[in-house]
Amino acid sequence: MKNKRLIGAAAAVLAVSAALTGCSGSSQSQADGSKTIKVVYSDANSAALVSWFTEVTAEFEKSNPNITVDLEPIKGAVSDYYTKLALMNSNPSTAPDVIYEDSFQLKSDAEAGYLAPLDTNLAAWADWSQYSDSVKQAGQGSDGKTYGVSVGTDARALWYNKDIFAKAGISVPWQPKTWEDVLNAARTIKAAVPDVTPMNVYSGAAIGEGASTQGFLMLDYGAQNGGLTDSSGKWLTGSTGFVNSLDFINTVYSEKLGYGPQVTSSTTYSTQVRTQDLPAGKLAIDLDGSYIPQNWGATAAQPWPDWTNVMGVAAMPTETGQAPAQNSISGGWTLAVGAKTKAQDAAFSFISTALNKDNAQKLAIDYSLIPVRQDVSTDPAYLASNQNAAFFAGLIPDTHFRPATSQYSQVSNQIQVATEAVMTGQQSPADAAKAYDTAVTGIVGADNTTTGK
Amino acid sequence: MTSSATTAADHPLRARRIGVLRARTLARSVPLLPAIVLIAIFLVGPIISSFYGSFTNSSLTGSAAQNPSFVGFDNYVNLFKSPGFPGAVILTVIFIFGSAVIGQNVVGMLLAALMRSGGRVVGAIVGTAVVAAWVLPEIVSAFAAYAFFSEEGTFNNLLSLVGIDGPNWLFTFPMLSVILANIWRGTAFSMLVYSAALQDVPPEITEAAEMDGASGAKRFFLITLPMIRGSISTNLMLTTLQTLSVFTLIFVMTGGGPGTASTTLPLLAYQEAFKFSQLGYGTAIATILLLVGAVFSFIYIRALKPEVD
Repeated sequence: MKNKRLIGAAAAVLAVSAALTGCSGSSQSQADGSKTIKVVYSDANSAALVSWFTEVTAEFEKSNPNITVDLEPIKGAVSDYYTKLALMNSNPSTAPDVIYEDSFQLKSDAEAGYLAPLDTNLAAWADWSQYSDSVKQAGQGSDGKTYGVSVGTDARALWYNKDIFAKAGISVPWQPKTWEDVLNAARTIKAAVPDVTPMNVYSGAAIGEGASTQGFLMLDYGAQNGGLTDSSGKWLTGSTGFVNSLDFINTVYSEKLGYGPQVTSSTTYSTQVRTQDLPAGKLAIDLDGSYIPQNWGATAAQPWPDWTNVMGVAAMPTETGQAPAQNSISGGWTLAVGAKTKAQDAAFSFISTALNKDNAQKLAIDYSLIPVRQDVSTDPAYLASNQNAAFFAGLIPDTHFRPATSQYSQVSNQIQVATEAVMTGQQSPADAAKAYDTAVTGIVGADNTTTGK
Repeated sequence: MTSSATTAADHPLRARRIGVLRARTLARSVPLLPAIVLIAIFLVGPIISSFYGSFTNSSLTGSAAQNPSFVGFDNYVNLFKSPGFPGAVILTVIFIFGSAVIGQNVVGMLLAALMRSGGRVVGAIVGTAVVAAWVLPEIVSAFAAYAFFSEEGTFNNLLSLVGIDGPNWLFTFPMLSVILANIWRGTAFSMLVYSAALQDVPPEITEAAEMDGASGAKRFFLITLPMIRGSISTNLMLTTLQTLSVFTLIFVMTGGGPGTASTTLPLLAYQEAFKFSQLGYGTAIATILLLVGAVFSFIYIRALKPEVD
């Protein structure tokens, strides 16, 4: 009953928002040939992204006077964005024309029939040659068709506060060699600078996908016998790397090196980390995305120009320093066209404007993304804008992408459950890993799992 | 023989009479039709669709979103096998007993009884304060309760005035916090029901009992309570069903956490259906919730049915 009521409530909310925007259906065509397309994106407190979308929309409407863009930011946590997007997509009267789509959700949403294949449009787009094959693959569905164009990628590493490190007597630049080095630095800080949080490793269900990409997978893919799947794509169960990664999280939270539950259980967890605690010098080490300087730039709500002097970056080491010594996880977002659009060409035209060289470069600089267009990544203006550009580019050879299957998002939920059970002390790492094994087998089927080491 | 002849002669007449009565009953129920249709659409319809949905693998994303297929009892089998389910059922029952059956009912009754003997002014003040919590929208009272129980919230500030360093209630005692919040929020309803019921107890009976030497407690338990048994049954049922579906309060205060420490069935259903995108599975949980509600209603109706009226 609750469920039904929620669907009803969600439908009512969507209906109201559709009515308010004066657009009961997507891509309305008027008799005079003018069109309206609806563009939906996630506004999870990122001023840079909002201003980028607004500027792109203005530019597009100027060059296409007969097309009106109905720009619809969805405010709130990113994990809620996926849900709201799915609900919008499941009804033709609310389905958007252009979707800002997380690459890890793309395959799943393509299979759900929410996205339109773009192959015909892309074949006629000269700029498509600027994208490397591996980047193109990130936008492909399981059927081999392309459903999304990458807006940029990212990587993850350890951000640290040089001032706090100086107070704790740890020399900078800092580059830990093993997980133990990371923990020891956090322990040293805890002892020497008691009023700061030594370290943040995103964990738990409240932060959603962030607990997987920024937290757990940064460990698991660098663990001995780690990783979620084997080389043939079968999901690992009984993996020691999984248990050891949970053990790391257990150490961080049981030794109180990380945040307390009032922060980790809050939906504003990442906002607090990036916009409050890091600028205020209240957090020493943060395992986080390459894109977090977007919160400190000139367009941010509270600019922090001094971050370039205060914040250092270090690669996340592998468990025991085994080859390749460093680990990173990459993701990124794409622009896609909704399958229920009545104006696919107009929608794609919006995407090609948004991701032309100038706009893609602007996003890469303001939103701190790693550019995927070759002409942007070699552009001197981009390279000059980001002091860490070379560092993150150096992580890309050893980075991992999340398993490119539609089941990943469900598996990721189970990872979040496991990290939460461990960080709250409800389960030991071994028990949580066992519960994960059972759940994963249930999701992908026993045939698609294999026993790890 | 004569009697049988009379019956035979009577028969067609009586049959016609019955026919007329039946037609009249049918005609009289016509005005009920709109109500029946409304109930069918808005009450029976969702129940049926919930039942049906729980037998499919319907989902928010992935191939099952496009073509949901019938999976029989798979959702229920997986649900009963999943380690989180028994915990959620137990927490739901604890929540219902703690906050509705015991909390709201007992406190509501206590307030109603005290307000009868208390002064008019005191009664008005207490009544307003209690009802204020109830008329607040659920989301507002949830935020208020969050602000009260959170680590640097009102409660801990009050405790620190007397030198007690309070714990983080929402994390250390999540169930206790949400139960107390729900008692605070829902007591007004019980109080209003019981105030009305107590007014209907004829004073002569209690006075007679008093003359016979029955103490206050005896009068209350042996005279007043049995006389308002019908109200108790109705109130228990209503508060139980309301509490069973409480979602916003828990979602805002603890989000079902830490871990799964306050994940009741509605939160589990929300999590599975909307966070984990498995609509069919979430609907199966919702259907279980429906059955739990039906079981409670059945018990109340049977156990507290007045034998003689």
